[in-house]
Amino acid sequence: MEQMRKERVDRGLKVRTEGIYAISSYREMAYLLGPRLFFILAVLSLPFILDLAPYWKRVINIMCTYAILAISFDFLANYVGLVCLGGAFFTGIGGYLSAIFNTYLGMPVYLSMPAATLGGAVLCTLLLLPCLPLRGVYFAIVTLMYPLLITRVIEALNIFGGTNGMTGVDSLPNEYVEHYLVILLSLLFLFGMRRFVNQDIGLVLRGVKDNDQSVRASGIDVTSMKVMAVFIASFMGCFSGAYMAHLYMWAGLSLFALDFSIIPIASVVIGGGGTLIGAVIGSFILVPLSELLRAFGTFRIVIYSVALTAFIVFKSEGIMVYLQRKYHQFERWVKI
Amino acid sequence: MIEDEVILSVKNISKTFGGLKALMDVSFDVKRGEVFGIIGPNGSGKTTLINCITGFVKPGSGHVIFKGREITGWKPHRIAHIGIARTFQIMRPYYSLPAYKNLIIPLWSPRAKKIGGWRGGGRHGDRDTVAVDILEEIGFERDSRVPYKIASTLPTGYQKRLELARCIAIRPEIIFCDEVFSGLSMSEIAGMLPLIEKMKMDGMTIIMVEHRLRELFRVAERVMVLNFGEKIAEGRPDTVIEDKRVKEAYLGSEGV
Amino acid sequence: MEILVYGIINSVILSMVALGFTLVYSISRLPNFAHGALYVTAGFTTWLFLNRIGHMPYPVAIILSIFITGAMGALIYRFILIRIRGMEISEIISTYAIGLALLEGLRWGGLRGMTFTLPPFIEGSFQIFGVNVDYQRLIIVCCGVVVFLFLYFFTHFTKIGLALRGIAQDERAAMMLGIDSDMTAIISLAIGSGLAGFAAILLLPLGNIIVEAGYNVLIFAIAVCVIGGLGSWGGTIAASFIIGFAQILTEAFLSTHYQMVVALLAIIVTLLIKPSGIFGKQKELEERV
Repeated sequence: MEQMRKERVDRGLKVRTEGIYAISSYREMAYLLGPRLFFILAVLSLPFILDLAPYWKRVINIMCTYAILAISFDFLANYVGLVCLGGAFFTGIGGYLSAIFNTYLGMPVYLSMPAATLGGAVLCTLLLLPCLPLRGVYFAIVTLMYPLLITRVIEALNIFGGTNGMTGVDSLPNEYVEHYLVILLSLLFLFGMRRFVNQDIGLVLRGVKDNDQSVRASGIDVTSMKVMAVFIASFMGCFSGAYMAHLYMWAGLSLFALDFSIIPIASVVIGGGGTLIGAVIGSFILVPLSELLRAFGTFRIVIYSVALTAFIVFKSEGIMVYLQRKYHQFERWVKI
Repeated sequence: MIEDEVILSVKNISKTFGGLKALMDVSFDVKRGEVFGIIGPNGSGKTTLINCITGFVKPGSGHVIFKGREITGWKPHRIAHIGIARTFQIMRPYYSLPAYKNLIIPLWSPRAKKIGGWRGGGRHGDRDTVAVDILEEIGFERDSRVPYKIASTLPTGYQKRLELARCIAIRPEIIFCDEVFSGLSMSEIAGMLPLIEKMKMDGMTIIMVEHRLRELFRVAERVMVLNFGEKIAEGRPDTVIEDKRVKEAYLGSEGV
Repeated sequence: MEILVYGIINSVILSMVALGFTLVYSISRLPNFAHGALYVTAGFTTWLFLNRIGHMPYPVAIILSIFITGAMGALIYRFILIRIRGMEISEIISTYAIGLALLEGLRWGGLRGMTFTLPPFIEGSFQIFGVNVDYQRLIIVCCGVVVFLFLYFFTHFTKIGLALRGIAQDERAAMMLGIDSDMTAIISLAIGSGLAGFAAILLLPLGNIIVEAGYNVLIFAIAVCVIGGLGSWGGTIAASFIIGFAQILTEAFLSTHYQMVVALLAIIVTLLIKPSGIFGKQKELEERV
């Protein structure tokens, strides 16, 4: 019996497109830009394609909202090493703030959303501040608790509409603004973050994840780096929340629902952690799936959780890394 | 006299973990520009001493004075910021990054930014160049693929060098080297010794914690011996090694 | 007087809930976010054994379901966590996901409403210092004390217990002495989960078996552990008395609703003032270097 092993070799084209040679011919450029352009154009044209199926047009908004949340989770978990188990905390704070600004203070939509995004990010960062100097597991624990606790607090004190939530939030001007606001922003966040994590400051954050002691010994305050990262992540999360409050014209306890915590995590793990684009692709797969499974109610969370665990244990690289490998490399069996 | 300026003065440092006395009343002075060795058998508190001075562990009592300034109990990053760098005994480079990108992190630090770049570099964008320069200085061949390899794939010798490079990148005044020779082969150590000499020539004060006495004594001007958290001797290497208590402490261990 | 009596009872309840979580974390450094789910599962299986499957006698159902939850804990480690040990992010996510799958699965499977209750072990109540206390609460306190003592003797005087403590203190050194790290992790998860089940069976007769209880239990367990110092046993017990009395006091002077707020504030204050928890002092070395 001959022993065989799988060998992976970079495609010639991949090697040729490294560095300055990328612009040597259209073929090389197409190889590099093709997938990106295809992705961007596909996402941008979704609202028109789905004119045929109006029900699914609503799904675009939710899909992109989750994509932003997933980017935020992926950034925190795989580039800074902070596992946020409560994405719902960000959406809830953002949504409620936006609703408060809009209904109580009478701000128009185009003011209340940015204000809530920014204010929410500051508020979330302040609330998470105590656990940032500690090891990662504390952050996970505290973010897990916050959405659950805040729900109880709102119920108990009966503030902000109590269990009924706050109604009468202004909607966005029209359908296309709804679609394109979230589509463009998710693309912006995606490519912005991809760029950011490869800047020098992004490398410092990755250093914090790999070995925070050594970052400290280099004279960099790790806590303030983490504060910045949490601010960025909660900024994205709070935007999603504020957007949803205006999309549904309502802010209620369901903005703190488990879905906002677990679906982004599942998206990242299934899509491929640490790639950012994987997070988006994961949520583009999971959210429509979740619409199809709407009849199952909470059983969807079971499906996500099981899929999540299965991916972590058996296919921890995720879809995106797999696709990237297929795109850049070919495989063959060789004799040992 | 500039040579006799005391740059770091440690006074009566004590530290206990639970009931275990890790350090008892350790005091010493280090002069600017010298190579100072700290030796002692396993578990004698050498690493704890470094941790206390560099702020990674809060000393129970005592004072650390750097250039006339009390720095006891400061946060590690502040201590690094004023110019005290350290290596770690257990090397953990930033595994997911290429070797030269490992240096971007110290080069990004406020201290490196303040002091400015190396040979005109250091502004945004060319930190990569500066990083490769430093790596070359520390013994990575510029034209080979080594500086561009992912740090986790480097052999131990290079990882140790990377650890030193990380310290040099913030241009410190004092470097604590925590067992940089351990785990290296004789030839690798022979390659490291000139680096230490060179760092000294560049005006850095070097404090080395070592097990490998023979190699240490080739570079160190003064050494201090710790045993069970207590300082038992201090002085020139050849006199220290003749000390009765030092011999007792080392008896049965590796010897000299 | 009432505050004192109920404060003690509440504190014992909290520490029962938190003990399993602490045990697993202190021994194998795994944050078991499925703790609350195992708690509810134990209650539900007991209910099943009592009312649907076989109509077993109460003690048999109890022992069986504690055994089942313990086995679930062991299986979770054996088949899932063992593959991702040491990757903190994956550990956190997967235990959290398992917990969610169990809880939401139970909710979907029909665990809703008020129909799911366990009977108390002994009906009725008695007077102590002029305060009415029902027998179930007395049993809880007694069992709590017994469990503490049992764990203390188990970890200090049996071979397995000593091995567990060895792993907890220095995993590598213990492994070199021939202690199987995976085996101890399995044992710790089994015992931890079994404790969650035991707590559930003691506590659930006081109320309904509802899915929300799983989340609440997890929150309280974590709150107690964070305040006491993660992985510190003495801290856990001390912290449960602090939170326990704080809750009873808020209940007496404000309202029951504020219980969660108290837990939240306690955590934030602890993290701000003494992040390593009240008894987390010995951990300073490993937390830092």
